[in-house]
Amino acid sequence: MEVDNVRLLDRFNRKPSVGTLYLTATHLIFVDPEGKKETWVSHMHIGSVEKLALTTSGSPLQIQCKNFMHVTFVIPRDRDCQDIFSSLLKLSQPMLTSGWDFFDLQSEYLRMGVPNEQWALSNINKEYDVCDTYPRYLYTPTGASTHILLGSAKFRSKGRLPVLSYLHAESQAAICRCSQPLSGFSARCVEDESMLQAIRKANPSSQFMYVVDTRPKINAMANRAAGKGYENENFYSNIKFQFVGIENIHVMRSSLQKVMEVCELKNPSMSSYLSGLENSSWLKHIKAVIDTSVFLANAICNGVSVLVHCSDGWDRTAQTCSLACLMLDPYYRTIPGFQVLIEKEWLSFGHKFTDRCGFLGTGDAKEVSPIFTQFLDGVYQLMQQYPRSFQFNERYLLTLHDHVYSCQFGSFIGNCEKDRIDLRLRERTYSLWAYMSKFTTDFSNPFFRKDLEITQRVVIPVTNPQSIRSVITASFSFVISLSIFFTSFWRGLYCRFESGVHPRENITDIVAQLKEHTSSVDDHSRLVEKRISALCRLLGHTEGSLQKALASLSSSESMDFHALLLAEGPANGAPNLRRESDTESGFEDGNSSQLSKSLIEENVDGDDCLQIENILTELMSVATEWRSLRNVKNCSCAMPFEQYTKKHHCWRCGSIYCTRCIDRYMPLSGHDSKRPVPVCKACFKD
Amino acid sequence: MEFAEFIRTPRVEKVTLYRANTPPLEGTLCVTGHHLILSRRQDDDEEELWLLHRNIDSFEKKLTGSVGTLTLKCKDFHIMHLEIPSIDDCFNVAASVEQLSNVDNINLSYPFFFRPMFDIFEDGWQAYTVESEFNRLQKYLSADWRISSLNRTFEVCSGYPHLVIVPKSVDDETIVRAAGFRQNGRFPVLSYYHKDNSMVIMRCSQPLSGPNNKRCKEDERLVNAVLGIGRRGYILDTRSPTTAKLATAKGGGVEPEAHYSQWRRIHQSMERYQILHESIIKLVEACYDVNCGMDKWLSKLDSSGWLTHVKDALTCACVAAQCVDKEGASVLVHGSEGADSTVLVTSLAQLILDPDCRTVRGLEALIEREWLHGGHPFADRCSKSAFATSRQRMESPVFLLFLDSIWQIWTQFPCSFEFNEDFLIMLFKHAYASQFGTFLCNNERDRAVYQVKDKTVSLWSYINRPEVLTKFLNALYDPNASVIWPSVAPQSLQLWTGLYQQWQKYHPVQREVWDEIVKIKETDKEAKSRVVKLRKHLVNLEREALDNGLIPAPNQVPGAHAY
Repeated sequence: MEVDNVRLLDRFNRKPSVGTLYLTATHLIFVDPEGKKETWVSHMHIGSVEKLALTTSGSPLQIQCKNFMHVTFVIPRDRDCQDIFSSLLKLSQPMLTSGWDFFDLQSEYLRMGVPNEQWALSNINKEYDVCDTYPRYLYTPTGASTHILLGSAKFRSKGRLPVLSYLHAESQAAICRCSQPLSGFSARCVEDESMLQAIRKANPSSQFMYVVDTRPKINAMANRAAGKGYENENFYSNIKFQFVGIENIHVMRSSLQKVMEVCELKNPSMSSYLSGLENSSWLKHIKAVIDTSVFLANAICNGVSVLVHCSDGWDRTAQTCSLACLMLDPYYRTIPGFQVLIEKEWLSFGHKFTDRCGFLGTGDAKEVSPIFTQFLDGVYQLMQQYPRSFQFNERYLLTLHDHVYSCQFGSFIGNCEKDRIDLRLRERTYSLWAYMSKFTTDFSNPFFRKDLEITQRVVIPVTNPQSIRSVITASFSFVISLSIFFTSFWRGLYCRFESGVHPRENITDIVAQLKEHTSSVDDHSRLVEKRISALCRLLGHTEGSLQKALASLSSSESMDFHALLLAEGPANGAPNLRRESDTESGFEDGNSSQLSKSLIEENVDGDDCLQIENILTELMSVATEWRSLRNVKNCSCAMPFEQYTKKHHCWRCGSIYCTRCIDRYMPLSGHDSKRPVPVCKACFKD
Repeated sequence: MEFAEFIRTPRVEKVTLYRANTPPLEGTLCVTGHHLILSRRQDDDEEELWLLHRNIDSFEKKLTGSVGTLTLKCKDFHIMHLEIPSIDDCFNVAASVEQLSNVDNINLSYPFFFRPMFDIFEDGWQAYTVESEFNRLQKYLSADWRISSLNRTFEVCSGYPHLVIVPKSVDDETIVRAAGFRQNGRFPVLSYYHKDNSMVIMRCSQPLSGPNNKRCKEDERLVNAVLGIGRRGYILDTRSPTTAKLATAKGGGVEPEAHYSQWRRIHQSMERYQILHESIIKLVEACYDVNCGMDKWLSKLDSSGWLTHVKDALTCACVAAQCVDKEGASVLVHGSEGADSTVLVTSLAQLILDPDCRTVRGLEALIEREWLHGGHPFADRCSKSAFATSRQRMESPVFLLFLDSIWQIWTQFPCSFEFNEDFLIMLFKHAYASQFGTFLCNNERDRAVYQVKDKTVSLWSYINRPEVLTKFLNALYDPNASVIWPSVAPQSLQLWTGLYQQWQKYHPVQREVWDEIVKIKETDKEAKSRVVKLRKHLVNLEREALDNGLIPAPNQVPGAHAY
């Protein structure tokens, strides 16, 4: 379906762009023929579609997306608008596409050193009959018999009994998670009490354990009336019980709604922006989640086990446990590790992705909540404080956020592991992880330092002034004021599509590009050095003269190798312009110099590789000068570069292309290592 | 020495210094004429405190038992605590600090006593004179503009330097008359020349049109001289229409449209003086508030209004730059006195328009040209900072607002500036307390009276030495020849934590990351220059081998190679 003369309203540029609106099976696409700008809206991202009141210029259709894109189209004819509106409503319900693979819960526990003497694999949930929202394999303390496990499960809401989430190898302290107990006002359960004892005893180094209820106390009290509630410290021996006060899904939902209203303001003043941000309390909520995670991480570092729960143990519990894991374990801060973390804490322990994402027209609006978004925001805050400890970058989080909502991949469909098995997603959909693993260069953080995994294993963000105060001096009579307002608004996510508000020069990408360039050039240098030493031997020069010779040359590149080598050559002969590109293709060259390399090493002079044509091909195959990222607005395929699209360099010609145009890899003859490197389509053919 | 009478206790033993993020330091405290020095008196000791009295904004003393504590709050927002074991000493030190930090006599200020420990290669005082700036632009300017010495005695305008750049077609006499029509004699002078389309930015003070709409033919001639026939220009008034109207009652006002028909007036209001000063006080207070939760913090940040001022300044500068670059029109900027918001706008507009201003020397020249020659009264504006208890009428952090606005543009274009964040912070510190004479006095006339240029060292003489300069260079600098348009949306503006919370940063991560960037950039540069040399060497050897017939001559020309 296609509608012409549609106007796309832009809040920042007053001038609307006029173009054609296409409705496809997966996307709503707007093409502006003048601006060459395409706006793609995935149906799955649509959060709400509204038809606004008819105006003189047509009927406006306002679309809000979950990835914070907001667009308003003005469609000249009302009937078209109605058609699009009703089609969108239908199309934005998830559809299943079709492959799969990855992650194994058992191997992740093996990595943590489980099973061991204290922790064992329990098969009680093999058929999902104890708890249908838990994974099939559960890890529980060896001290807890099946009888205790089953009894404890009965005493916990939805059968979500306390199980192992993370075991800290250094301290043997564990993070366990569960749902709230069915304690009501006075009920108790012997099995559940022994279950907690078993967890505490699994960590011999500590006499007590923490039980953290992530809800505000008042919410927990209210649950008591419904026969649920929280652990009574009198019934459970050696526990320290604690409320931390993270608000529930409804509060979070309306908080995000307010954030979006702030981002939507037309020409906001500084003051209305700041006060709107404050009124939304979004940063406060993020800080509460991080503060709780810091508490968990600190407890584990001090060798005390923790049991975490909220109401059902799949929202706040998932947020805090996974953030604490991220702080404690450097493995989770790598790209594969982060995926494992999400698989473990979110997918296998049953975060209700389908309900929380809330696709248009399906499900219960009251179940929708940006819980996973908050988790990603928490990760982002952590990355701001420890920029060198994460293997992935902001773009990785954004892409992940997109696809949690997109349903393009099967990874985040369904509410729990059982759902996903019932839906046979493995057979019917692709996994997101497989897709994302193809673009690791897009997602890697150039500042990542592998060695920090050893020197700085635990990264705990500074969140409140008090913690720092104690660092300075204990016996001090006055306070040295320190306050770190570290929680910052994640402009990259919430204002992602307001292209005007972002920094115009992205440091992360520039540095990543510098590193790639260095690697390419170094590789090329090694090859050139080999050729030089071979030539030196041929000419009878001593090798020591290399440094001297280099010192006398200028480092500015202005050389026409063709002219130097061919045009003035003494035996220029009759130039044969015909050239078989097949025999000279990169692969062929690669092979021949591979061969010649071994020959040089055997010290055979007058080798093929020193022939002028070969040297020229080698020199030509590597671009020493890469185009600057600045002012490149479009890829050669006319795709405009948006704020967060990665610009790629072709390693052969040094020009800039988009991800779609640079999906080919081949070894370059000028590189010593002959590893496959990214090249553009034209260079690949050449 | 004149200071002796102020110093009651020159030396106190066993004083402990507490600062955020640094371990306590115990040592001997010395009070000298210009410094508070705390030293452990060990030769290899790096951790000494040298604090200029001038830098102390306010202090508090607190006595507990026999121990006195002196809390010093500095103009650069640093707070430190000195624990002094004797109450008497504490009182004496406090009294000395109070007097020494408030010495008003410019002749007694530290720059007049400071002797550089380095050789001056290049005199900063001579680096950016009006003549040299004019010469730099000579080939563009000489047709329509000239240097005039009509202000050589500073009689026409005390705030301007003795040389000014004025339109060629207007004679000195007319200008002197026009000056009489402008507040404090600040007649329109050239501020910026846009090479792309030869449009200009000029600045001046408000016309003294008063309630009776007086006019001045000479002023009209001067103002119109910059526009060609039939061309239009913009008068950018940094006051709101209401404020401008109120000013008429006091003899000021705006250019009446009837007499300046080629000009269109735009009002872009900006706050000034006390409002800015109160804003920075509130901001710094909020930054140092320990018991401030996430929520309170945002509302405090909001109520300080500082970011609003930053937004206003940038917006106004963007408007001026747009008039020049997009509309192709000349702009005349003024507020009331033409020495605060006016220079703020003209200098920010130049940063947006002119790539030269984004280099270290370019920014120095810009500050010299607009702020120092433009007569921004540094001595009045920067005499106290955010902690001052006694409020004086003249203080205003206009220069800080300028630096903050640069920083905002900088974060949006981190590769387009030759200098780094430290450079801006350094400028801020020197504007308030310095061993150099650059920011002394209110204007060129005063600087001439006190012979600042002869008796003190220029800050630029210090900075422009290669070993100092490297600290202030941006590793990612990649000269950007185009006009840069910063975003002024609230989402794009951030609090400059590097400055306002510089003493509180617990994690020096940002610094580590920048060190890393410097390393990566260096490695890349070396790798690149090496490969180019290697390639040249290879080609030379290849030719040699070819000439000697050691390798076969080429019989094919690889034509299909696109490079």
